[in-house]
Amino acid sequence: MQRKVIFRGRILPIALLLPQLAITFVFFFWPAGRAIYQSLLREDAFGLSQEFVGLENFQDVLSDPNWVNAALNSVVFSGCVAGLALGIALFLAVQADKSLRGVTVYRSLLIWPYAVAPAVSAVLWLFLFQPQVGLIGRWLNAAGVAWDYRLNGTHAMILIVIAAAWKQVAYNFIFFLAGLQSIPASVLEAAAIDGARPARRFWSIIFPLLSPTTFFLLIVNLTYAFFETFGIIHALTSGGPGQATETLIYKVYVDGVQNLNLGLSSAQSVILMVLVIALTAFQFRAVEKKVHY
Amino acid sequence: MATLSLRDVKKSFNATQVLHGIDLEVNDGELVVIVGASGCGKSTLLRIVAGLETPTSGQVVINGRDVTGLEPADRDIAMVFQNYALYPHMTVFGNMAYGLKIRGMARDEIARRVQAAAEILGIGPLLDRKPKQLSGGQRQRVAMGRAIVREPALFLFDEPLSNLDAKLRVQMRAEIRRLQRRLGVTSLFVTHDQVEAMTLGDRLVVMNAGRPAQVAPPMEIFSRPADTYVAGFIGSPAMNFIPASLDQGNGSARLPDGTLIPFADGPRPGTAGTPITLGLRPEHLEPGDGPGSIPLAVELIEPLGSETVVHGRTPAGMAVTARLNGAFSGERLPVRIAPAHLHVFDADTGRRLDPA
Ligand SMILES: Nc1ncnc2c1ncn2[C@@H]1O[C@H](COP(=O)(O)OP(=O)(O)O)[C@@H](O)[C@H]1O
Ligand SMILES: [Mg+2]
Repeated sequence: MQRKVIFRGRILPIALLLPQLAITFVFFFWPAGRAIYQSLLREDAFGLSQEFVGLENFQDVLSDPNWVNAALNSVVFSGCVAGLALGIALFLAVQADKSLRGVTVYRSLLIWPYAVAPAVSAVLWLFLFQPQVGLIGRWLNAAGVAWDYRLNGTHAMILIVIAAAWKQVAYNFIFFLAGLQSIPASVLEAAAIDGARPARRFWSIIFPLLSPTTFFLLIVNLTYAFFETFGIIHALTSGGPGQATETLIYKVYVDGVQNLNLGLSSAQSVILMVLVIALTAFQFRAVEKKVHY
Repeated sequence: MATLSLRDVKKSFNATQVLHGIDLEVNDGELVVIVGASGCGKSTLLRIVAGLETPTSGQVVINGRDVTGLEPADRDIAMVFQNYALYPHMTVFGNMAYGLKIRGMARDEIARRVQAAAEILGIGPLLDRKPKQLSGGQRQRVAMGRAIVREPALFLFDEPLSNLDAKLRVQMRAEIRRLQRRLGVTSLFVTHDQVEAMTLGDRLVVMNAGRPAQVAPPMEIFSRPADTYVAGFIGSPAMNFIPASLDQGNGSARLPDGTLIPFADGPRPGTAGTPITLGLRPEHLEPGDGPGSIPLAVELIEPLGSETVVHGRTPAGMAVTARLNGAFSGERLPVRIAPAHLHVFDADTGRRLDPA
């Protein structure tokens, strides 16, 4: 039985909701509405006049090879970031779970990256990977790898993948560790008695039991890599060299803020908005339906 | 065909010693029950046999083979856990087949064995369900099934019935007993429930704080408890203990109020005046007046249907429990001690004193 809390009248509940609603409106619905409106308009080069062009901006965006390039970059980047961040976090969580003793120290150490501002972490990665002064950059060049992320697009992509994944590992780790610790020890002991060695126990028991967590994190990581990595890319590569690391979110910035093409940029924003809504809806539906053990 | 020997098994967790040297021989096909209060080290002992814990010293020998250093997988054992420990993401079939798959058994042989086990346990129609779709009793059966399909040398049970309701517990208890007889698998069964222990075991190990207080068949434990701990632990309601001392050439016990109770089976060893503890089960207090009768002031009456448990106090203020046939009501209950059923223990060591 669920007990309902009942307020008398309507004023109080509305008053309680108002601040939240106001914030949502001012910072989400209003700008989102402006973006949708703007995406249907075209401005002249001086910003003096606007005309209604319907879906023409969207047509332009989707047929632009630069946009397609950015979309591909986004897919590669997000896939690599999610894969790397999940893989490393799972590995670390399994190690931490084995020796529960040190776990608090371990946990706080691993949470740190999450609290570091993108620009700060970017500088940190620059210190490591800069070809002339960076620790790893110099070492790579000394070892005969012509490492320079400022000239080589693949190198640039690798760099932002590492930097973006590093930041997400901490978050994933916490969830994986919680997931691992919620698996009853006796289930793993039963598997050991049934004859399963550690590797088999991992793949046939632990991994399937973690799958709801993994799925949740996958969506979160993809969303993060798609939409929240502007700062890292901006600080490290600014989308270059060429457009090798220009992702969709970065292109919105380039077209809107640098090229001042508001209509085109808004159309791109709307596409991204639809994408993030779809991802989130998919996640909610899946979390509802997905197996709970 | 399997035997199990434990040789001076000790276990410490950091500074605390939990097991103080356990020796035990379990014969082929025998069901030995380890019973004791919660926290006395029963599970630890069972987990050492399973290979889930390593003993600090001592050996575990299965079928003459020292398995002390082996992984659980290499010991040819199966275990049923208190919380069943079923694999939540696998079907009932998958749960039972898991161990067989790992052994690389052929698919049709696996299916045949699982079917056979499901048949025995009456879970045939449930094979496609997941554990969370099962009741407690059904999960229990699946856990049993997972153990028996493996046809192991040794069954280990860690309080497998504790999570079931009373009625189901009695039913599963009988079923486990039947199954174990039928399959003839050597078994070690851990419980804190003395009734479970008495009804299931060929022999019992009564554990007291990491030491085996007595290892014997159930009726011997009941009729000749080795010390006051065993005497008080086995039997319900618990045995009455009365302080006394040896008198009349050690042929009688003298109660604090001077009453003399002659031993029916001869004098005990020791010097005159040695303090002893008399043990008398509640069912061996006979209602009746006359010489040697103790008038109890009744404090609480518990009617159990065919019997009545009466809690009372002696004139000296000692709490005594009596179990009477039929109904009882009243303020006073005179009872007589039946000397034939008297248990005599050394008051200092708690050990049983038998006639010299
Ligand atoms: N892994 C462990 N670490 C430390 N102490 C433990 C551990 N396992 C059991 N103990 C201690 O050992 C004692 C016996 O535990 P256990 O064998 O589970 O008792 P029982 O099964 O008889 O209730 C308890 O005091 C318990 O706290
Ligand atoms: Mg236990």
